Amino acid sequence: MQKLDYLRESPSQTAGPYVHIGCTPNFTGIDIYGGDLGTSMKTGPVQGEEITVKGTVFDGTGTPLRDAMIEIWQPDAAGLFPSANETRGTADPNFTGWGRSPGDMVTGEFTFETVKPGAVPFPDGRMQAPHITAWVVARGINIGLHTRIYFEDEDAANAADPVLARVEHQNRLPTLLARKEADGVYRFDIHLQGPNETIFFDV
Amino acid sequence: MSHPKTPTAGGFIPRDRDWQPDALTPRYKTSVRRSPQSALLSFPSTLSEETSPIFGHAMLGALDNDLILNYAQPGESAIGPRIIVHGRVLDENGRGVPGALVEFWQANAGGRYRHKKESYLAALDPNFGGCGRTITAEDGSYEFRTIYPGPYPWPNGMNDWRPAHIHFSLFGHGFAQRLITQMYFEGDPHIPLCPILSTVKSQAAVDALTALLDMNRTVPMDSRAFKFDMVLRGRRQTYFENRKEGL
Ligand SMILES: [Fe+3]
Repeated sequence: MQKLDYLRESPSQTAGPYVHIGCTPNFTGIDIYGGDLGTSMKTGPVQGEEITVKGTVFDGTGTPLRDAMIEIWQPDAAGLFPSANETRGTADPNFTGWGRSPGDMVTGEFTFETVKPGAVPFPDGRMQAPHITAWVVARGINIGLHTRIYFEDEDAANAADPVLARVEHQNRLPTLLARKEADGVYRFDIHLQGPNETIFFDV
Repeated sequence: MSHPKTPTAGGFIPRDRDWQPDALTPRYKTSVRRSPQSALLSFPSTLSEETSPIFGHAMLGALDNDLILNYAQPGESAIGPRIIVHGRVLDENGRGVPGALVEFWQANAGGRYRHKKESYLAALDPNFGGCGRTITAEDGSYEFRTIYPGPYPWPNGMNDWRPAHIHFSLFGHGFAQRLITQMYFEGDPHIPLCPILSTVKSQAAVDALTALLDMNRTVPMDSRAFKFDMVLRGRRQTYFENRKEGL
């Protein structure tokens, strides 16, 4: 018999309690690199609606995580990614699309100053609802957790979203919706476990 | 230079969840309340997962990949056995991943992290910060210089010690490739005892995270070397990947 000579993805290991030393060293007091990556998603005036997305990661006991790291990745207001792989056009040059937050040292709350993302097509051409990809790592998380931040004020687009349509237990859909707290301010709490467990993605 | 390049378009090969650690691994106690219990939602990767932020070599400082010097006072250097860590970042199809941001962090030679929540009594090294970063070359290769980290005790069981290890964070060309892992050192007697390393499911997976002493890359009378390759998820290969980039 021949062999399929694919390599296997490196096994994941927890980010551990000190992920911030490696990924946001300035936040931990290690002054290096001239600042932490992903702190600002804007390098100048940006197109579209500027929004704040904040939230907290909770464990199965309802305790906020204060040692997590949250990253988000999204297109600009026109639905274009500031990525080398973006072939559909040129994204807003003042928008990085990527944010990284260590969360607040005391409360664990993360905050991203970003723009409301534009819609992006599914592989079959249907439009997906505007969303932000989120990724959570922390001590006790063996492999980084992917989820998506959709917006509660996008009812029609959410109803037509091909990914949301795949959710078996539709009563869990609200765990993927950022709630509007004020004009331009959305809250997206992440529950690792429990009755409000966030839907996590295998993508 | 021409190397077979990792394709930058096309859907990602699904992650092998039978190979990757489970979320719930009770020997690693913190996982018990931090592990999702519902099934993950599966769907084919979309542009949101197939694109990734851009990190250019221009953002790197000259000492970012030298933990012996990047936090040291002028004329000083970090304490501990000097080592070079090198290898390649590949995808599942065996091709080098160029332009991948690789970030790393570790304890000092005594096993102590520079962190205000660190409680181990081992001494801080004033000349060691414990973090570095680099970006892979055209063939996916990377290297950095550091000191051999010390093992350290941690609160889990009554007497759990981490094997010596270096933490790695990796970006590929798609956000779906995002990965954090740890590198261990050949021959460390703590490897079979570690509740965190034991979250992987096979000896092959342990081996995949164990760097080998590489005497061919040592610097005589200066540094030993360890080789550590890392593999990110690959894209499904299609006819279209043969098109030149930009077409
Ligand atoms: Fe560690």
